[in-house]
Amino acid sequence: MDTPNHIEINEYNSLQSEKSDSSQDKVVIRAEKINMVFEMSPEKIDNIKEYVIKWLKRDIKREKFVAVNDVSFILNKGDRMGLIGLNGAGKSTLLKIIAGVMKPTNGKITVSGKIAPLLELGAGFDPNYSGRENIFLNGAILGYSKEFLESRYDEIAEFSELGRFLEIPIKNYSSGMRSKLGFSIATIVEPDILILDEVLSVGDAKFRKKSGDKIKSLFNSGVTVLLVSHSITQIKELCNKVIWLENGKIVMSGDAETVCDAYLKSVE
Amino acid sequence: MLEHRFIKNFTKYKFLLAELVKRDITVKYRGSALGIFWSFLNPLLTMVVLTIVFGALFGKNIPNFPIYVLTGYLTFSFFSAATKIAMNSIKKGAPILKKMYVPKYIYALAGILSETINLFISMIVLVLVMMATGCPFSIFNLAAILPIFFLIIFTVGCGLILASINVFFKDIKYLYGVFVRLLMYGCAIFYPITIIPERFILLFYANPVYCAISGLRDSILYGTFPNPFVLLYLAVVSVFALIIGIIVFYKSQDKFILYI
Repeated sequence: MDTPNHIEINEYNSLQSEKSDSSQDKVVIRAEKINMVFEMSPEKIDNIKEYVIKWLKRDIKREKFVAVNDVSFILNKGDRMGLIGLNGAGKSTLLKIIAGVMKPTNGKITVSGKIAPLLELGAGFDPNYSGRENIFLNGAILGYSKEFLESRYDEIAEFSELGRFLEIPIKNYSSGMRSKLGFSIATIVEPDILILDEVLSVGDAKFRKKSGDKIKSLFNSGVTVLLVSHSITQIKELCNKVIWLENGKIVMSGDAETVCDAYLKSVE
Repeated sequence: MLEHRFIKNFTKYKFLLAELVKRDITVKYRGSALGIFWSFLNPLLTMVVLTIVFGALFGKNIPNFPIYVLTGYLTFSFFSAATKIAMNSIKKGAPILKKMYVPKYIYALAGILSETINLFISMIVLVLVMMATGCPFSIFNLAAILPIFFLIIFTVGCGLILASINVFFKDIKYLYGVFVRLLMYGCAIFYPITIIPERFILLFYANPVYCAISGLRDSILYGTFPNPFVLLYLAVVSVFALIIGIIVFYKSQDKFILYI
């Protein structure tokens, strides 16, 4: 009863690829007039008592807040798109819509392929579980199958460099160890789409280099990337397309260099 | 098409369901010396207490008071625990549901499934007490699966509704807590239904949880097939609750993210 956007599109896309086999310009993400409207009441009513009282007094106010306003774009396979804009511009909301966490109020988003959201590493960890148990739990949350995790377990364990610590509960881990494990699990798949909120560098100096290399190798494998960053240099370096958002609207989109320069000019 | 997508998605996340159920069960008893043994001990001790307190008062009209209490208690506490765990499931899963796409009903379902497993483990206690008290076994004991099956369906329906409401109104927890206490007294767990005045009897049979208890007692305690009318009523109410639950959950789930 609850299905993500991507499945339907898988089929749609397989139909398409039969027609034209040029895999390079295969559309991976297609966003058409995406709108996301939040209905917020100025005072938070989160219990029945207040709701009934306010309802009787006809006092329920709702304010509309448009987080994403009429955003459309198309990403082909291998595109690396950066999202820039000030805080509250709607970048993270847009990422959440693409990741399937939120459904847009209206508009249509079609996503084809496996998504690896490197947003919050280890969001699904259970503190009482050992590292080993959390690999399976977290992997399950990411939608991996049991067989897949069993076959890749050694690889994950080795990449995480946690060794014998994998047998103790996560609650005794340092935050660095936790993100090492989270990173190792999230990047074990060969994703079609990589979603990054700021480029990740986790753990100690050694692991930082290793995770950086891993991300680079993913980038080079022809994955489609969505990146939110406040570092314009990084965006210029990594992305070929950029969308500049302000108050949920696209101010400018296109070639990374041009959009970034215009953005920097406006901020100054 | 819709069904096809649903099944495809469920297949993808069935491992998550299994992992969540496993976590609910293992974490519950982790760190306690007796571990899973509490699933036996808890109903057993409650049965002993209730038998000592109420056995002298009501025991005369009931052939096997410990079994009478145990069937009522196990059924009721399954319903109470499973609906409560489902009610809190979406709130509890919020850190993940906010960050990643996961089918939300998996969380509600996992809680109910783990309590179902707990119920089946506790059923071993029932068998042991039957042997200890010399309650005759009969082929009709197997019919107990019917009222339990429908109760699980009913619980899933209620759980989905409660989980949805709890996202929007946090005080449903307290209201429901009071309601469940009231329900406990309305389930004839430790008193015979015969002490209830005639005009209130219908009220008991309107309660699906009592219907399940009564069906279980028919098959276990009295060694007969559960009353077909009661069973039919339970089945209809359960399927109805499940449909309402699915509709409520399905209609509201896209808004969960804005409130959790």
